[in-house]
Amino acid sequence: MSAPHLLVHEREDNVGVVVVEGLKAGTKMLCVVTHDNSSFELTANADVPIGHKVALKNLKVGDTAIKYGQDIGKMVGAAKVGDYVHVHNLKTKRW
Amino acid sequence: MTIVANFALNKNRLANIKGRKIDVPGFKAPVLKKRSTAKNDNFLGWRRENGRVGVRNHVLILPLDDLSNSACEAVANNIKGTLAIPHAYGRLQFGEDLDIHFRTLIGAGSNPNVAAVVVIGIEDGWTKIIVDGIAKSGKPVVGFGIEGVGDIGTIAKASYVAKEFVQWASELQREKCDIGELWVSTKCGESDTTTGLSSCPTVGNMYDKLLPKGIYGVFGETSEITGAEHLCKARAATPEVGERWYKMWKAYQTDVIEQFKTSDLSDSQPTKGNIKGGLSTIEEKALGNLEKIGRNSTYIDILQPAEAPAKGPGLYFMDTSSAAAECVTLMAAGGYVVHTFPTGQGNVIGNPIVPVIKITGNPQTMRTMPEHIDVDVSGILRRDMTIPEAGDALIANIVRTSNGRLTAAEALGHREFSMTKLYRSA
Repeated sequence: MSAPHLLVHEREDNVGVVVVEGLKAGTKMLCVVTHDNSSFELTANADVPIGHKVALKNLKVGDTAIKYGQDIGKMVGAAKVGDYVHVHNLKTKRW
Repeated sequence: MTIVANFALNKNRLANIKGRKIDVPGFKAPVLKKRSTAKNDNFLGWRRENGRVGVRNHVLILPLDDLSNSACEAVANNIKGTLAIPHAYGRLQFGEDLDIHFRTLIGAGSNPNVAAVVVIGIEDGWTKIIVDGIAKSGKPVVGFGIEGVGDIGTIAKASYVAKEFVQWASELQREKCDIGELWVSTKCGESDTTTGLSSCPTVGNMYDKLLPKGIYGVFGETSEITGAEHLCKARAATPEVGERWYKMWKAYQTDVIEQFKTSDLSDSQPTKGNIKGGLSTIEEKALGNLEKIGRNSTYIDILQPAEAPAKGPGLYFMDTSSAAAECVTLMAAGGYVVHTFPTGQGNVIGNPIVPVIKITGNPQTMRTMPEHIDVDVSGILRRDMTIPEAGDALIANIVRTSNGRLTAAEALGHREFSMTKLYRSA
């Protein structure tokens, strides 16, 4: 398998992590789910730095972001499939 | 022109570091005629008076308090091969805060990586408490109070003894020890999303393989489990231990965070470095953090900060801060002799008495600051290295480090010794 652009922990996750440097908007990303090694393709809508997240589903304000199959916080801004997800649209449900 | 002798320049390495501001020649060590064929199931360590095994052979010059740092550093300057570990506190502390201070100093002195200790304090009373505590380990230890003598007289007396200690320690021989005799701690730092994908599961895989061989393990970082507390509670060996863990975690939330927070902790947990690395929330950080305990291991007890485990081999949780130097100092005081430290953005921490092994899976960090990294697992992100392969690479590095190879942090002189302070002194 060629090196993936994006890794996803679990099948039910709705965000994934960019694992290559210098990813440009419009890149058709090879995405791999680490849990079962399954793969799919997705187009990035923005330049996303290595280690930062991309939405795998359309997420609206109030939705729960899922990673590791777990709740990692709530959306405070909407994100469409392929959009950049970070502190500008995702916030903790804790402190 | 670069002139080389007895080693070959590694040209590939040069290619890999292009883009760095400082271009330096990389090099490959001379090939040894006979490579060790040991299967990473034993190492050469120092067996101490109490039966514990150390992987370093330090003679510590240990200050009781901030006022005694100067004398300790003078002794370490006089007597080569000794090590002073200056720190910030030790006066007018009381209650639990003082207990942690004493436990940290006694634990650091008692650590099997230490052969002998010279303690210096401003007065005799508390100095004696530290000396008596370390003496229980059976190793040579001596204490000096400065009052009534002055720095110069104290430094002279302490230097005479330190010289005897270091000459004695330099003759102690390593002996073959089973890998199951190691005590291995873990805590990650400057985490990002790559730590949860690669370097933390690497440590987890190491624990899954070495805990069954009889090692002691420990993880901590109480605040940084927030978001994964339900998973952490479920990883206790018994429901009773899980309940105790949950109470401790909850107490930190109500006693510390709710009391002292100004707005929210979003600028502190996750840290600015975490956020730069792509982590958005404490929940996301905590879930990656917890990958360090692997798939099969359960923790058998909960330790106070700097407390030594007492329930036999296995995995423990220590109630610590998530600040790297404070946490590693407390784990060293608990008696752990090797530390495994996953990092994403490139935390540079070391410890004076415990070798800190850095693991990263972030290719950008591997490219920009490789001198800080001991184990490169960035292949996991490219899917050309599996987690079990990475775990084996870490175990091989733990054995080499235990046999005496200096870690990156040791070679770079990182000796962060940070006392945990609970509240203002009297």
